[in-house]
Amino acid sequence: MPNSQMTPGIAPARLEDGAYEDNFSDLHPGYAPHEALVAADRCYFCHDAPCTTACPTDIDIPMFIRQIQAGMPDEAAKTILSQNILGGMCARVCPTETLCEEVCVRETAEGKPVEIGRLQRFATDSLMSHADQPFTRAESTGKKIAVIGAGPAGLSCAHRLASHGHDVDMFDGRAKAGGLNEFGIAAYKSTNDFAAREVEWLMSIGGISLTYGKRLGENLDLATLQSDYDAVFLSIGLAGVNALRADGEDKDGVRDAVDFISDLRQADDLAKLPVGRNVVVIGGGMTAVDAAVQSKLLGAENVTISYRRTRDKMGASGFEQDLAAVHGVRILENTQPKRVLGNGKCEGIELEYTTDDGSGLKGTGEIVTLPADQIFKAIGQTLGETPEGVKLEGRKIAVTDSGATSLSGVWAGGDCASGGDDLTVTAVAEGRDAAEDINKSLMG
Amino acid sequence: MADLRSNFVGIKSTNPFWLASAPPTDKEYNVRRAFEAGWGGVVWKTLGSEGPPVVNVNGPRYGAIFGADRRLLGLNNIELITDRPLQQNLREIKAVKNDYPDRAVVVSLMVPCEEEAWKAILPVVEETGADGIELNFGCPHGMAERGMGAAVGQVPEYIEMVTRWCKQNTRMPVIVKLTPNITNIIHPAEAAMRGGADAVSLINTINSITSVNLDAMCPEPMIDGKGTHGGYCGPAVKPIAMNMVAEIARHAETANLPISAIGGVTTWRDAAEFMALGAGNVQVCTAVMTYGFRIIEEMTAGLSAWMDEKGYYSTDEFSGKAVPNVTDWQYLNLNHVTKARIDQDACISCGRCYAACEDTSHQAITMSEDRVFDVDDSECVACNLCVNVCPVEGCITMETLEPGMMDERTNTPVSPDYGNWTQHPNNPSATAAE
Ligand SMILES: Cc1cc2nc3c(=O)[nH]c(=O)nc-3n(C[C@H](O)[C@H](O)[C@H](O)COP(=O)(O)OP(=O)(O)OC[C@H]3O[C@@H](n4cnc5c(N)ncnc54)[C@H](O)[C@@H]3O)c2cc1C
Ligand SMILES: Cc1cc2nc3c(=O)[nH]c(=O)nc-3n(C[C@H](O)[C@H](O)[C@H](O)COP(=O)(O)O)c2cc1C
Ligand code: SF4
Ligand code: SF4
Ligand code: SF4
Repeated sequence: MPNSQMTPGIAPARLEDGAYEDNFSDLHPGYAPHEALVAADRCYFCHDAPCTTACPTDIDIPMFIRQIQAGMPDEAAKTILSQNILGGMCARVCPTETLCEEVCVRETAEGKPVEIGRLQRFATDSLMSHADQPFTRAESTGKKIAVIGAGPAGLSCAHRLASHGHDVDMFDGRAKAGGLNEFGIAAYKSTNDFAAREVEWLMSIGGISLTYGKRLGENLDLATLQSDYDAVFLSIGLAGVNALRADGEDKDGVRDAVDFISDLRQADDLAKLPVGRNVVVIGGGMTAVDAAVQSKLLGAENVTISYRRTRDKMGASGFEQDLAAVHGVRILENTQPKRVLGNGKCEGIELEYTTDDGSGLKGTGEIVTLPADQIFKAIGQTLGETPEGVKLEGRKIAVTDSGATSLSGVWAGGDCASGGDDLTVTAVAEGRDAAEDINKSLMG
Repeated sequence: MADLRSNFVGIKSTNPFWLASAPPTDKEYNVRRAFEAGWGGVVWKTLGSEGPPVVNVNGPRYGAIFGADRRLLGLNNIELITDRPLQQNLREIKAVKNDYPDRAVVVSLMVPCEEEAWKAILPVVEETGADGIELNFGCPHGMAERGMGAAVGQVPEYIEMVTRWCKQNTRMPVIVKLTPNITNIIHPAEAAMRGGADAVSLINTINSITSVNLDAMCPEPMIDGKGTHGGYCGPAVKPIAMNMVAEIARHAETANLPISAIGGVTTWRDAAEFMALGAGNVQVCTAVMTYGFRIIEEMTAGLSAWMDEKGYYSTDEFSGKAVPNVTDWQYLNLNHVTKARIDQDACISCGRCYAACEDTSHQAITMSEDRVFDVDDSECVACNLCVNVCPVEGCITMETLEPGMMDERTNTPVSPDYGNWTQHPNNPSATAAE
C-alpha cells in the first residue's frame, strides 16, 4: 500500500506524485509585464523615501520603480544591484512586511503597500534572464583578500572587492556556495536552483576564486591567512545550534530544523524525503515557520509549532505566522518542551505551559502531551567556530559599523558578526560595507 | 556606450535635458540643486525689464487634472514671469554659470515690444556669461494682457521684428519660444526664422480651464470667488506639442531650424520621441514640479540604455529620424490592408471590443453564447478602436494582409502597389488630372 498522510512514523512519499511540484512552487511568482506596470504605477516617488531608509542595503526604491514605469527594467535592476548584488535573492526572501513595505506610505494610507519585493524581482529577473552581472572591474590593484564563507555576506564582500580591482580567494567548508541561500531558505522562496544560478552570475565579474572543503579551524587557520593575504573577511554564519534542554532530546526523530531544511533543499526528489505524520517544531522564528510549513507541504498530517511566549513576541512576522496558518500549521503559544516521550525513537512530547508576570518566563506546571514522530529544534543558531584571537560581543564576533574586528587586517560580517538582524539582506549590506572599508584601508 | 553630451546651436551641455523656464529655474538655490542632481542645462525663469517686478496672485496658482490613482496628468498655472528683482536674478545667473561652466544657462526674456527695452536688457544678460537667450512669446495669461508674451507670439510680424532686434543687439544665440495658442505653428516659426532666430523652442502652455467649482460656480484655481484661464502643461499636452514640433521639422522652409522641444516630457522615452521628430534637445517643467529634480537619473540612464540598444552613439544620430515618415494624410497608402486579430489565449472576455465595435463602429466583432469574441473580416475596416479599448496589452493586434490575399470586406485582392488619395478614382481632382 502506498504511503499517505496517515502512515504512522516517519515516511517518504506521503503525497501523490504531482503534489510536490505544486506545493513547492514559487510563493510569490514573478509578475507578468502588465502586472508589473500596474504595481509600479502605485509608487509615489516619495522624497527621501521611507522605504529606502528601511532597506538595510539602501536601495533607491522610488528610482528603480520609476525605471520600471519608464519601460526600463534592466536599468531598474542596475539601480538595485549597485546597492545590493544579491538583489535577486533578496527580492525573494526579504521579509518585506517588516522592512521596506512596512513603511511604504501606501501601507500607511491604505494598508496596501507598493509590492516592492515583487517589483524588485521583476527587474532583477529581467536583467539576469539575458545578461551577466553588469559591473566591471577597476584596474588590478595587486591586493589579495581572503573571504571565509561563501554565504550572502561573503559573496557580497567578494563582488565589491573584485569590482575595486582586488583579487579575492573565497573559501567555504561545504561543497557548494551560497550559504543559507543554498541550504537554508525555504524551498518555495528560491525555486529552480536560483541560489546556485545567482552565485554563478555574480562570479562572472571575474577576479574571485572559490575553493570548497576549506574550514576555518580545521584546514584553514586565521594567523596563516593574515600573513598570506592583505586582508581577511570572515563570513562564516552561525554553524552551531542551541540545545533544547529537555529530557530525551537524544531520541531518534529529534533533529535540528536547519539540518532538515538543508536535506530538503538538496533533495533531488522531494518524494523520497521522509517526514513524520505528527511533527512538532520548537521555536518561534523564521526557521521554525519554514520547517513547519515545509513539513506540511511534504505531507505531514499534523504540524504544531510550540513557542514559549505569546505570538506577538515571535521572531516570525505576522505574514509568516499567517503563512503557517493557511498551510494548516497550528501555533501553540506559551508552551515549552519538558520531555520527549518514546522508547529509542520519539513518539510524543510533553509541553509545559508558561506565563510571564514581568519577572521572567515561568512554567505553570500544567502539561500538554502531543503525539510526535518527529521533533525539529529551531531555537536559534550560534557561532560554530570562534576564530582564535577575535573579540566577541555577546556570542558573536565584535565588529565596528564598517565591519572591522578586534584583529588588525580582519573584518567580519553577516550572521557571525555583531549588530544587525540575521537576514540575507543585512548580510549583503555588511559584506558590501566591509569591502568598502577594506578597500579604503588598503588603498589609503 | 552612448555619449549624451549635447550641442544645441553652439550651446553645450552634459546631456540634452534642460529645465524649462518656470519656477524650477526661478532662483539660484533651485538651479544649483538641479545641476547637482544632473540636469544638463536650464532656461532661467523669464526676466522682465528693470523696475518694480511683476506681482503674482497670493492665492492658488495651479489647477490640475488627474488620471486613475491621482496621477497628475495635466497642470494649469496662472503664474507670471519672475517676480524677483532683475539685478538679483542677474547676480545669481552669473554666479551659477561661473560655477557650472559645463552646463547650459539660457536666460528667458520678456520685455515690452519696443526696441529700446530689448536694447537695454540684452547687454546686462550678456554680462552674466549666459550661453543664450530665449524669447518668451508664449505666456498666455497676465503678460499677454499687457501686450507681451502670447500677445507678441500670436502675431508673426512682431515675432520677426523682436527677433531681429535681438539678433542685432547681442552675440548670444537667440531661441524663440513659441505659443501653441495659434492655428498654424508654421507661421510663427517662419517669422522667427526670418528674424534670424538660431532656434525655436515649443510649446509654451495652452490656454485652459482645468475644472469648475460647482458650489462656487467658478473656475479653479479660484481667487476670491473668481478664476481665469491658465496655461496647460504636463503629460496631457505632449501629443499637441509633438505634432507642432513635427510640423516645423517637416516643413520645407523651416526644416533646418533647430528645435528645443517642450511639453509633457516626463521620462527618457518622451525625450527620445521628441528628438526622433526633429528636436535637438528637450526641456522639462511639469515632471520636475511633480516629482523633483531626481528624475533626471531615470531620464539619462534610460536614454543612454536605449541608445546603446539601438547602436546610436550620439543624439544627433537619431534626432529627426522619424521626420521623413511624417506625411500628409493624402499620401498614406490606401492599398495597405490590415485586419484586427484577437489572441484567444490572452483574451479575458470582457467584451469591451464588442461594445465599442458594435455600438460605435462597424459591427465587425462577434460574440458567441459562451463569450468568445472574434473578428468578422468582412466587416472589419481595421479602425484600431478595439485595440485601443482592449484592457489586455497585445491581445488584439493588426495583421497586415499580404498582396494577393482577399480583403473579405471589399471582396478584392490586396494590391501589391502603393496607391494614395491623390491617385484614387473617387478623388475628383485625381480623375480630373487624368
Ligand atoms: C532556515 C532559515 C531560513 C531563513 N530564511 C530567511 C528568509 O526567508 N529571509 C531572510 O532574509 N533571511 C533568512 N534567514 C537568515 C539568512 O539565511 C541569514 O541571515 C544569511 O544567510 C546570513 O548570511 P551569512 O553570509 O552571514 O551566513 P551563511 O548564509 O550562514 O553563510 C555562511 C557560509 O560560511 C560557511 N562556513 C561556516 N563555517 C565555516 C568555517 N568555519 N570555515 C569555512 N566556511 C564556513 C558555510 O558553509 C556557509 O556557506 C534564514 C535562516 C535560516 C536558518
Ligand atoms: C508654473 C509655471 C510657470 C511657467 N512660467 C514660464 C515662464 O516664466 N516663461 C516661460 O517661457 N514659460 C513658462 N512656463 C512654461 C514652461 O516653461 C513650459 O513651456 C510648459 O510648462 C510645458 O512644459 P511641461 O509640459 O514640461 O511643463 C511655465 C510653466 C509653469 C507650469
Ligand atoms: S514609500 Fe512606497 S510609494 Fe513611497 S517611494 Fe517607497 S515604494 Fe514608492
Ligand atoms: S507647495 Fe509649498 S509654497 Fe506651495 S502651497 Fe504647498 S507649502 Fe505652500
Ligand atoms: S476587449 Fe480584449 S480582452 Fe476584452 S473581449 Fe475584447 S479581445 Fe477580449
